[in-house]
Amino acid sequence: MPEQELALRVRGVRKQYQLGVIDRYTLQAELQSRWARLRGREDPNARIGSAAPGVRRSFYALDGIDLDVRRGERVGIIGANGAGKSTLLKLICRITAPTEGEIDIWGRVSSMLEVGTGFHREMTGRENIYMNGAILGMSRAGIDACIDDIIDFSELRDFIDTPVKRYSSGMFVKLAFSVAAHLQSEIMIMDEVLAVGDMAFQHKCLSRMREAAEAEGRTVLYVSHNMSTIRQLCSRCIVLDHGRVLYDGDTEHAISTYLSRSLGGNEVDMDLAAMTRANQRVGGDVTMTRLCLENKITAVYEADEEIRLLLTLDVKRPVPPLYVRLTVRTDADVGLATSWSEAFEPQGVGKTTIRLSLPSGILFMGSFYASIGVYRRDEIGNMLLLDHITRAFRFEISGSPLWNTLAHGYVQLPPMSAGEIK
Amino acid sequence: MQHTHISAKRRLFDLPLDELWRYRNLVWLFTRRSFKVTYMQTVLGPLWLLIKPMLTSVTYVVLFGRIAGLSTDGVPQLLFYLSGSALWSFFASCVTDNAATFTKNVNLFGKVYFPRLVMPVSSVLSNLILYAIQMLLSFAFLVWYMLRGTVVPHWAVWPLLPLLLFQIGALGMGFGVIISSLTTKYRDLQVLVDFGVTLWMYATPVVYPLSTVSGTLKRLLLLNPVSAPMELYRYALLGVGTLDPGAIAWSVFCSLAVSFLGVVVFSRVERSFVDTV
Repeated sequence: MPEQELALRVRGVRKQYQLGVIDRYTLQAELQSRWARLRGREDPNARIGSAAPGVRRSFYALDGIDLDVRRGERVGIIGANGAGKSTLLKLICRITAPTEGEIDIWGRVSSMLEVGTGFHREMTGRENIYMNGAILGMSRAGIDACIDDIIDFSELRDFIDTPVKRYSSGMFVKLAFSVAAHLQSEIMIMDEVLAVGDMAFQHKCLSRMREAAEAEGRTVLYVSHNMSTIRQLCSRCIVLDHGRVLYDGDTEHAISTYLSRSLGGNEVDMDLAAMTRANQRVGGDVTMTRLCLENKITAVYEADEEIRLLLTLDVKRPVPPLYVRLTVRTDADVGLATSWSEAFEPQGVGKTTIRLSLPSGILFMGSFYASIGVYRRDEIGNMLLLDHITRAFRFEISGSPLWNTLAHGYVQLPPMSAGEIK
Repeated sequence: MQHTHISAKRRLFDLPLDELWRYRNLVWLFTRRSFKVTYMQTVLGPLWLLIKPMLTSVTYVVLFGRIAGLSTDGVPQLLFYLSGSALWSFFASCVTDNAATFTKNVNLFGKVYFPRLVMPVSSVLSNLILYAIQMLLSFAFLVWYMLRGTVVPHWAVWPLLPLLLFQIGALGMGFGVIISSLTTKYRDLQVLVDFGVTLWMYATPVVYPLSTVSGTLKRLLLLNPVSAPMELYRYALLGVGTLDPGAIAWSVFCSLAVSFLGVVVFSRVERSFVDTV
């Protein structure tokens, strides 16, 4: 690709990080260790069982990245936590230096790795615009020229001379994004900054960025876990995995590659017998042995698709009616919802498989963990635990691009009734 | 179009001075911000800038002037301490402010790139302004004593004063950023700084004139690169002071060496300090 078309070229970039609590030595400990090594003695500060002196454990957050980004492209970067997305952005923004390799950038870079970098609580919105602009590399005249656009875009004209400590977090984001969106830079780098702020404003930002890329030829690099914003904004998408480029190309294909990957391959058929149990398990009358996501190749569902599970139980002795509990937790490990099955009574002993079916359209969008448990009722009607597995499986519901889990949540409630009052 | 090349290989002397110039707007904004933020929501505001040195100098008058009976070379004690401690606190705060550059700005440095030298430079600048404000007080007393004929400044040396301030600022910043670069790895240096700077003051002719010592002690004191500028400064301002060309040359050499070394070390650490802090 000819250089004049390029905005960014990354060649053979690796970034090494040290593991553990190294580099937090005191000077005294370091001198002590060096002196001991010098005399050929054992390092008094070495941890027992650690490798040879001077050898530290390390890993590569980025392990050989090659990338060409053409001018005006809107590139999304996705990947699991720890895949190296943020590290890559940090290298391109010059926050830290690569361990190996070269990066060439044509044009000025403005970065938003965080909302309101350099904002000071005590200063007014206007003062912070100047500060933030200057940090991002703008001259005073440059900011003067577009300060009105910035204020208008932020929708905060009435509060612009108020110290930002009196702002709500939403106002804070609006102001911060408005500055970044109006910088006269050729390359815009953003890390999940749109995650905050209301929907209307998010939408406005996305269209502003699209517009900037299309009309002004600005290049956008955007990292997000929110697939719907990636879909709306990006013309090309890169999937990172363990510091390498797993996929680079079409956005839709990148997203499905990432989703099937992030769910741990095709885990639609799980051996529950081998999984660890919570310790309060009562007796061994009933054990869950296998769980299948019926008719699925990947654990990704559409919003209007029923989640059908096949649960195999090993029943050791005849039991009263059983109940299955399915608890769904969000990706951030917050309990979200629980569903109890109807009662069912296994016939006799031995292995038996039951079909569970979770109605569609309630869980709407997001990636979830589910725990599953088998219960029976005791004499006075309390549920008694027989077997339970936390995080038995993960699944994803792809929802719709118009839905944002941070704004709308994960669940869609049944429709409200509505009727005109005479 | 601007082209930036980032490489894993580093050059030994990588001074981004042209870049610093492009970001001069930011230097100024940081300087202004440090003022605004310090004196916001205080009752007396910037008046503190005058109250603090005044109280310090009065304490010195009582402690070193009256009780210890240290000489001030015939200069009125209050003026002697006022002007001396103003210059010293300029130097001392250049050291201590910069010594925390990296650790204090981790959050900012970890999120956005700008030439990191902006921070030390703006800190020197704001300390220079603080110094100038403190000097208003010294000048008031100077004029008063000049009218009474007790103090006769050497006007001919005054043009050297800006250079002298530049030198002191560079020296302080140099020491500060070296310490700051080391504290990204060794936190214990930070503890040492405040304490060390306090001790350093007594090894500098601030509360006493150099003329009160002689022999080996004097030679030792002149090894301290702040001693000669301090004396030169008093010679210009108050008309008394020991001028030693050798010591001045040594001091200038130290300032150049320390500030150069400081900037080189700083630029090296800057590249990846975010990973170690």
